[in-house]
Amino acid sequence: MPITETDIEKIAQLAHLEITDDERRTFAPQISEIVTYVEQLNAIDTSAVEPALGGLTPEGEQTVSWRRDEAQPCLGQELALDQAPDAAAGHFRVPKVLA
Amino acid sequence: MDSKLNLRDGILRGVDTARAATESALSAAEKLNSTLNAFLEIDRDGALNRAAKVDAVNPSDQSRLPLAGIPIAVKDNICVRGMQVSCGSRILGPYHPPYDATAIDRLIAAGAVIVGKTNCDEFAMGSSNENSAFGPVKNPWDISRVPGGSSGGSAAAVAAGIVPAALGSDTGGSVRQPAAFCGVIGLKPTYGRVSRYGLVAFGSSLDQIGVLTRTAGDAAAVLQVIAGRDPHDATTAEVPVPDYSAELNQDIRGMRLGISPTLLGEGLSPDVRAAIENSIEVYRGLGAEIVDIDLPHAQYAIAVYYIIATAEASSNLARFDGVRYGFRAEDAPTLKEMYSKTRDEGFGPEVKRRIMLGTYVLSAGYYDAYYLKAQKVRTLLRHDFARAFAKCDAVLTPTTPTAAFLFGEKVDDPLAMYLNDIFTVTANLAGVPGISVPCGLSSDGLPIGLQLLGPYWSEASLLRLAQAYLTADPFTAHPAVHT
Repeated sequence: MPITETDIEKIAQLAHLEITDDERRTFAPQISEIVTYVEQLNAIDTSAVEPALGGLTPEGEQTVSWRRDEAQPCLGQELALDQAPDAAAGHFRVPKVLA
Repeated sequence: MDSKLNLRDGILRGVDTARAATESALSAAEKLNSTLNAFLEIDRDGALNRAAKVDAVNPSDQSRLPLAGIPIAVKDNICVRGMQVSCGSRILGPYHPPYDATAIDRLIAAGAVIVGKTNCDEFAMGSSNENSAFGPVKNPWDISRVPGGSSGGSAAAVAAGIVPAALGSDTGGSVRQPAAFCGVIGLKPTYGRVSRYGLVAFGSSLDQIGVLTRTAGDAAAVLQVIAGRDPHDATTAEVPVPDYSAELNQDIRGMRLGISPTLLGEGLSPDVRAAIENSIEVYRGLGAEIVDIDLPHAQYAIAVYYIIATAEASSNLARFDGVRYGFRAEDAPTLKEMYSKTRDEGFGPEVKRRIMLGTYVLSAGYYDAYYLKAQKVRTLLRHDFARAFAKCDAVLTPTTPTAAFLFGEKVDDPLAMYLNDIFTVTANLAGVPGISVPCGLSSDGLPIGLQLLGPYWSEASLLRLAQAYLTADPFTAHPAVHT
C-alpha cells in the first residue's frame, strides 16, 4: 500500500513526533517501500497457524516468575527524581496539560 | 590469538596485576579512540579503583574470581553505575543510571573491570554504526569502512586489541554482524539465557545480551558468568547453566552441520561464498557430517523482523518523553508539544523511521494485516528450525552476505541496509542461539564470518564448534589499527 505524506503526518502525530517538511518528504517514499516489501507475507497461507506470542522458548514459558506480593527495596523518591529535567517539591513538573 | 584466560592466570600467579591489565586497556582505548571512535566514555578512575580492589583480594580468594582483573568494554545501552548510558542517542542526555544491569553485577562480582562504554547505532537500530548521534565507529581493518552494527564499538574495541572481551546486545544480528565485519567472535545466546535487566529495551521479544571476544574460550568464560535466571527479568528461563568450557576442546567428529542450499543462493559476494565453501570443507575434514536442510520461511525473515521489531520499538521508545530523565526540548508551551518537540529533537532519523513504521503496523485497522500476520509467519519459521534441528546439531550460514561495506554506501536506502541482516534475524525470531566465527579474509583483506545457529540452550556445542574451527583454520591476521 502506498504511504502518502498525509499518512506520514498522521502516523507522526500518533507517535508524538513533530517532523519537519523535509522529513515528511524523505520518509513517505522510504516507508512506502518498506511496507510494500513486508506485504510479501500476504502470499503465505497462515489460516491454520497460531501466532507466536513473545519470544519465549518452551522452557521460558514454563518458568514461574511469580513472587510473593511483598514490598521490595526500590530507588526511592530522591534517586528517581535525581535526573529529571524539571523536578519540584518531590514531583516531575511538566508544561500545562490543556492548551 | 591472545586469550583473556591467559591474562587471568598471570594475575593469579602474581606475574601480572589487575591494575597493569586495566592501565594497558585504558591507554589503548585513549590512544586509539581518536581514530576508531569506539568508546563514548572511558572511565579511567572508576576502572583503576575497581582494579585496585581486585589486586587487594588475597590470592587464595582471587582464584574464586573467574574473571579476576579482566578489562571489559560494555555497549552504551547497558547500565553500569557510575557511567553514562546514552544508547548512541541525544535523547538520554546522557543519563547516569543509579543501578547496574544484572550482567554487569555478575561481571563485577567475578572480578572483571569495566573500562568504558562503547559506541553503537542509536537505540541499537542499525547495521553500520552510521546511526550513532556521536559519529560512527570506524572499522579497525579499514577506517573507510563500517564496523557493522549496532554493537560496532564493542566489536572494534575487541578487534583492535583494546579489551579481550566486550558486551553487546543482539536484536537482529547486532552482536554477530559487527563481529563478522571486525574479525572477532560474536555470540548471541538463546532468548532467556542472559538477563536483560538494565539493558535499554528495543524489541523485547528479540533482544538478548551477547559477548564479543577473540577466542571461543573467552566467550565461554564470559557467558559462564552472565548466564542464568534472574528474578528481575521474567523472560530469563529456569534452565541449568552448563560448564561452557568443559567440552570446548572435544573433537566434533560425527556432529552434523546443516547447510541450506537455498540460503546460499543469490546475493552472496564471491569472497563470502568461497570462504563459506572452504569452511564447510574444514568442518568435513574435522569429521563433521554435512547434511542438507531447508528453512523455507527464512526468505520472509526480514519482512517479519521489520514488522515485529519496529512495532515493539515504537512501544518501548514511548517512554522517552522528556518527563523523568534525559533531554527535554525548551519553548514548548503545552505537555503535548513538549513530548513531540523533545522526541523530534532527541531522536535521529532511523529511530524516527522505525517508530513510525511500528506505529503504522500497530495502528487501528492494520494490526491484523501486519503484526498478527508477522507473528504467524514467525511461528512457521520456528517450525522450520525445529525440523532442521531434528536433522543436524547446528545450521551453518554466512553471517553477512558481504564483508564490511563503505561509509555512505547504503545510508540513503534503508531497505538495502535492512537486507544486510538476512542471515542473522532468523535466530532472534526463533529465539535460538547463534555465533559468528572469523573464517577468512576477502580479496580486499576484510574479515568474513561464518555463522552457526543451534537449538535452544546449545551454546556449549556452538562454542565447541567455533573452537574446533579456529584450531583447524586459525584466524591470525591483525587489523590495520591495533594496539
